[in-house]
Amino acid sequence: MIRRWLSQTLAVSALSVRTIPQRASSSAVAMIGIAGVVIVFVAVLSIGEGFWAAMADASAPDRAIVMRTGADSEMTSGLPGPEVQVIEQAPGLLRVNNRPIASAELYVLVDLNKRSTGTAANVPLRGIGAEALEVRNEAHIVDGRMFQFGTNEAIVGRGANRQFSGVDLGSEFMSGNLRLRVVGIFESNGSVGETEIWCDSHLIQGVYERGNSYQSVLAKLDSPAAFDTFKNWLTTNPQLNVQVQREGDYYAQQSQVMSSLIRGIGYTIAVLMGVGAVFGAILTMYTAVSTRTREIATLRALGFNTASVLISVLAESLALAAIGGLLGGLTAYFAFNGYQTSTMNFQTFSQVAFAFRVTRTLMIQGVSYALMMGLVGGLMPAIKAARLPIATALRQL
Amino acid sequence: MKYFPLIWRNLLRRKVRTIFTLASVFIAFVLYSFLMVVQNAFSMGVEVAGVDRLVLMHKVSLIQLLPVSYADRIRGTEGVTHVGHSTWFGGMYQDKATQFAVMAVDPAYFQLYPEARIQQEQLQAWLADRQGVIVGRTTATRYGWKIGDKIPIQATIWQPKQGNTWFFNVDGIYDADRGFDTSNFFFHYEYLDENRRGAYGQVGWYVLRIDDPSHAADVAARLDAQFANSSAETKTSTEKAFLQGFVNQVGNIKAIIISILAAVLFTLFLLVLANTMAQSVSERTNELAVLKTLGFSNGLVLGLVLVESILMALLGGGLGLAITYFAVEGGSFNNALLPVFIMRSRDIALGIALCCALGVVAGAFPAITAMRLRITDALRRT
Repeated sequence: MIRRWLSQTLAVSALSVRTIPQRASSSAVAMIGIAGVVIVFVAVLSIGEGFWAAMADASAPDRAIVMRTGADSEMTSGLPGPEVQVIEQAPGLLRVNNRPIASAELYVLVDLNKRSTGTAANVPLRGIGAEALEVRNEAHIVDGRMFQFGTNEAIVGRGANRQFSGVDLGSEFMSGNLRLRVVGIFESNGSVGETEIWCDSHLIQGVYERGNSYQSVLAKLDSPAAFDTFKNWLTTNPQLNVQVQREGDYYAQQSQVMSSLIRGIGYTIAVLMGVGAVFGAILTMYTAVSTRTREIATLRALGFNTASVLISVLAESLALAAIGGLLGGLTAYFAFNGYQTSTMNFQTFSQVAFAFRVTRTLMIQGVSYALMMGLVGGLMPAIKAARLPIATALRQL
Repeated sequence: MKYFPLIWRNLLRRKVRTIFTLASVFIAFVLYSFLMVVQNAFSMGVEVAGVDRLVLMHKVSLIQLLPVSYADRIRGTEGVTHVGHSTWFGGMYQDKATQFAVMAVDPAYFQLYPEARIQQEQLQAWLADRQGVIVGRTTATRYGWKIGDKIPIQATIWQPKQGNTWFFNVDGIYDADRGFDTSNFFFHYEYLDENRRGAYGQVGWYVLRIDDPSHAADVAARLDAQFANSSAETKTSTEKAFLQGFVNQVGNIKAIIISILAAVLFTLFLLVLANTMAQSVSERTNELAVLKTLGFSNGLVLGLVLVESILMALLGGGLGLAITYFAVEGGSFNNALLPVFIMRSRDIALGIALCCALGVVAGAFPAITAMRLRITDALRRT
């Protein structure tokens, strides 16, 4: 019984899917409509995904960032030199030959021109300590060499180098009274660090009149588990007025506004477009049912059951949606994945260079969304087909 | 006009088809409006920037501070009529980074912005109250603040001498015309400077008004020359250029919006409407031939089909525009992250023009088919 039902359903479904080419123009409306939604959905969210990844990849579980209490970013923080010395005594901090692996840093902005538009942009300039590259062991020089401390040399991240002009290897640039010479290009997992320019922290202290003060300390811990010891010692120390965050939490917080903005806009557009595409799919399927009225009525007259007719219409609609979804997902992947750009992070007013990321999850979400549109779009026409009164339908033609 | 009933009847011929086509076109234009609103929000008020206002900031970057003593020297510069300054405060409210701009300003600041409307007595109350604050209507409504409320803001950049929280009294609420940001929070610079732990006598940036907008470039050059070779060199630009700078920093939002819009209009509008019109004309082959037999000219038949297509476009699209417009005006978007949500009359005009143009494009092919129809062929076919 069930086997007969199944074979009937399969036969009718195969029939409707195989005859799609006969209804090419109206089928294209649903297919391209759904593909369009998936392209936009995947493309917009790949911006958010890329931005988020650039921020997330900047962190390691065994690193902690120390800033002044209440500071919401490195930009607004300030740490006097003596406090930094206390911070470097904290337990849980990794030491190599009694040398603390921590980098006291300054974070300021310099104006550089975007290559794409020629307009000014706030590029972060980070003053780092001698241990900085040991703390960030993912960062490495890919061209030129590391700068020498005590000179006006600087190294430039791959992203900054790609997005902004005037910071090529060997060039010199001025920012106010600060003159820097680019001696190296570095990479660090494609993360936000690559949007930065790094130089000796003492250089920034001098030119920006910061005296003996810093903004943050990036510390490498004995292990990720040492974080609590490290944090508790620092936050209960009466000599200090600091807050301690895992680096991952810090960057997640920094990307929050921008990520939720992109997601909010992306999902709104995707939902609205999805509703529109469902209307297109309904139109297509109604057309398909009405052009096949005689065929469907004949099948019913031959004894095919209503369920198999209903499912066959849904199968056609789902097939169209699947093709549209795959088409859209692949187009988005080939058109946008890896597209390099930069934007301003609203929370620090500084630039973040990143690449659009069409992830597998996004593609799966896109195709699932397409199938959902196909299902919803096919439902009403399918019911109409199943309910078709055989006699009138056959007489009609 | 006398053919209107004929066109209307044709629309009603297949109600389901017409309804879903209209619905698709409607959604396309809700999206169009939404995208325009987003684009306007990202343009950060560039459109309404005052032509007679200049912004003077530190040459290195906006985060570098300038001496408060520059005010007198700026005021004494030829062409400058009003000077005010502003300092970014940031801060946290209810344990989250403030979603509104908190700024410390000097008492003369509101003279620079006649767009911000404040009742005279509220302004006077603010001027007399050291801890006073004037907030925009959007923010006041959002958090339910009333005149007389005490607002705690936690420090991020500027730590007070004691504790970690600053307290302000709401003395006034300002309104403004559409397009002007009414989310800001303005308090006294004096209060900030006396109670912060350092950076005394430093301000964020200056805003100034000049006597004649056409002299903007000259005045800016004069100002920057005045502070050249000092410890804090300056960069002066028009307010418009200053805001445009921010917009450029965010990236090419316009290109993204236009790409999405193209995808939306093509898939939800053009394709659906063109397909509906093609089906409708092919079903009516017979009738069209009869009309022609009755003496309808080729041009008239072409016109009838085109008008039908445009009518559908305008019905669906117009409704989409109207509904989003009223939603925006009613403030449905105001809780989002960007401060200014408006639809300009220009966006609406462009929307209507797009409806008509796409209506013509969608109807063109079926209309031409209808026009070229030969009576004998068409009648024989059935």
